[in-house]
Amino acid sequence: MSDDTVHGLDVTAIRKDFPILDQLQDGKRLVFLDSAASSQRPNQVIAAMDDLYHHSYANVHRGVYQMAERATNAYESARRRVARFIQAPSESEVVFTKNGTEAINLVSNSWGRANLKPGDAIVLTMLEHHANIVPWQMLAAELDLEVRWIPVTDDGRLDLTELDRRMDGAKLLAFTAMSNVTGALSPGDQLVAAARSAGAVTVVDACQWVPHLPIDVSALGADFVAFTGHKMLGPTGIGVLWGREALLDAMPPFLGGGGMILNVTTEGFVTDGLPGKFEAGTPPIAEAVGLGAAVDYLETLGMEAVRRHEVELTAYALRKLTEDLGDVITIHGPAEPATRGGVLSIELEGVHAHDVSQVLDTDAICIRPGHHCAKPLMRHLGVAATARASFYVYNDTSDVDALAAALIKARDFFAI
Amino acid sequence: MSGLEDLYREIILDHYRSPRNRGQLDTPPAHRTEGFNPLCGDEVVLYVEVESDSDGVERVTDIKVDGQGCSISQSSASMMSAAVKGKTIEEANALSSTFKSMMSIHEHDIGGDGSEAGPANESPTAELPLGDLEALRGVVKFPVRIKCATLSWNTLAQVFDELASS
Repeated sequence: MSDDTVHGLDVTAIRKDFPILDQLQDGKRLVFLDSAASSQRPNQVIAAMDDLYHHSYANVHRGVYQMAERATNAYESARRRVARFIQAPSESEVVFTKNGTEAINLVSNSWGRANLKPGDAIVLTMLEHHANIVPWQMLAAELDLEVRWIPVTDDGRLDLTELDRRMDGAKLLAFTAMSNVTGALSPGDQLVAAARSAGAVTVVDACQWVPHLPIDVSALGADFVAFTGHKMLGPTGIGVLWGREALLDAMPPFLGGGGMILNVTTEGFVTDGLPGKFEAGTPPIAEAVGLGAAVDYLETLGMEAVRRHEVELTAYALRKLTEDLGDVITIHGPAEPATRGGVLSIELEGVHAHDVSQVLDTDAICIRPGHHCAKPLMRHLGVAATARASFYVYNDTSDVDALAAALIKARDFFAI
Repeated sequence: MSGLEDLYREIILDHYRSPRNRGQLDTPPAHRTEGFNPLCGDEVVLYVEVESDSDGVERVTDIKVDGQGCSISQSSASMMSAAVKGKTIEEANALSSTFKSMMSIHEHDIGGDGSEAGPANESPTAELPLGDLEALRGVVKFPVRIKCATLSWNTLAQVFDELASS
């Protein structure tokens, strides 16, 4: 194994596919550590979208002319590739949405309204992003549902000690596969099993998982899995809801309009089959094609290799930052790299996260300060804001070294 | 981009490390109002006591600042509290306008009167010295931080609004 592939990925070669990373800011190499918010995308994704717009663009599922057929084929080919990527039993179970948030809102609005009634209990976790909280709170307010919460441990993992009691009689469990704040990976098997025995439907927010770890939705056994394109090297404006065919089939449509019907009369309408039933209006065609290309790119790297790379980089970062900054740094989340993703929520003693981010920007280092759309979790952790550094396939130890040096600079600048 | 020293002037760091008027007041007589920056989670809680003198002029007799946030939002709150304590509401509002106009070179939607937007280096109301608050002038070079600097002033305006309508 050469030095270049010591982490399982050839980062030097990968970086050549991401021209946006090859730029200087005030003469300094750009260090992009904000992929948990939104990743960058490789030439291959941009080229696939350009190619569609240059040569094969038309609306999908409508025209008879050849170019319309090519556009439809490109769109449906992307769906097939996404289905294969997540090991979905059927591509008709893959619904394209605007983003992960819309995918969850689809479930809460469609499945939720059709299957929940006043007094029913639903279970959320304290690790959730607002995207997997607020849609359920809106539904709970509308239907007068009881909302229960699975707590978290001090190191930012789900506390499942009373899982069965919390699930007792509940109709739904919504949980994140990986926290966007602490990086903690959720024990999906255990959660799904507990939900199953309680007779509850499971909704998994996999926005942070799918870009970084292999997923097999069939093996996971959940009922719905939501994720987004822009965190996995794809474009913005495209998300995915995977759902079990039997559940999706029985659900009413979410949005109404063209593309989701078999027939419309003055008396009413007949909905299309899956997945068209949930794709009202002209879909994000080029974005789906871009996501298909992103999936191809990740499959070429291999998701096992991606995961291995990120575990090694996270282990290096935890060691390096702790060694260099000692007592003045707190990194939230599990200590063991194998149980977490490449997301480091950092608190620097005496320096607010915004100020950390400002100082890091002077060294061309991009991180994310703030509450990361997870305010209940932040409140539990007792912090208002953290400085979050997150890794992806184009990051390596030199990025971590730059981060460590800049954190020392921030600390020195603000030191009393 | 501008250097860190343009943003983090020594006097800002001093107010951040040793905030003035930090704490809480009993409510009543004080009025309590929270201000949030929903984007970043910064929070300023103001406790303001306003009394009318014999001529009916309302004056800020005491003010305390609670909450948490970055050096810019917290130092701005500290400076604001020191600047308006003892001032009449009218004087405090005038100071607020002067400060916001200094902050408005790049942003026209940060609150306050858009009509007062002017070049940052020419204070339109020179008769109102900003004192320590002048140190925040450099913030306009960092547009995303302007909301940090104006958070406490917007919260103060909310205090006065709430008092006027109660």
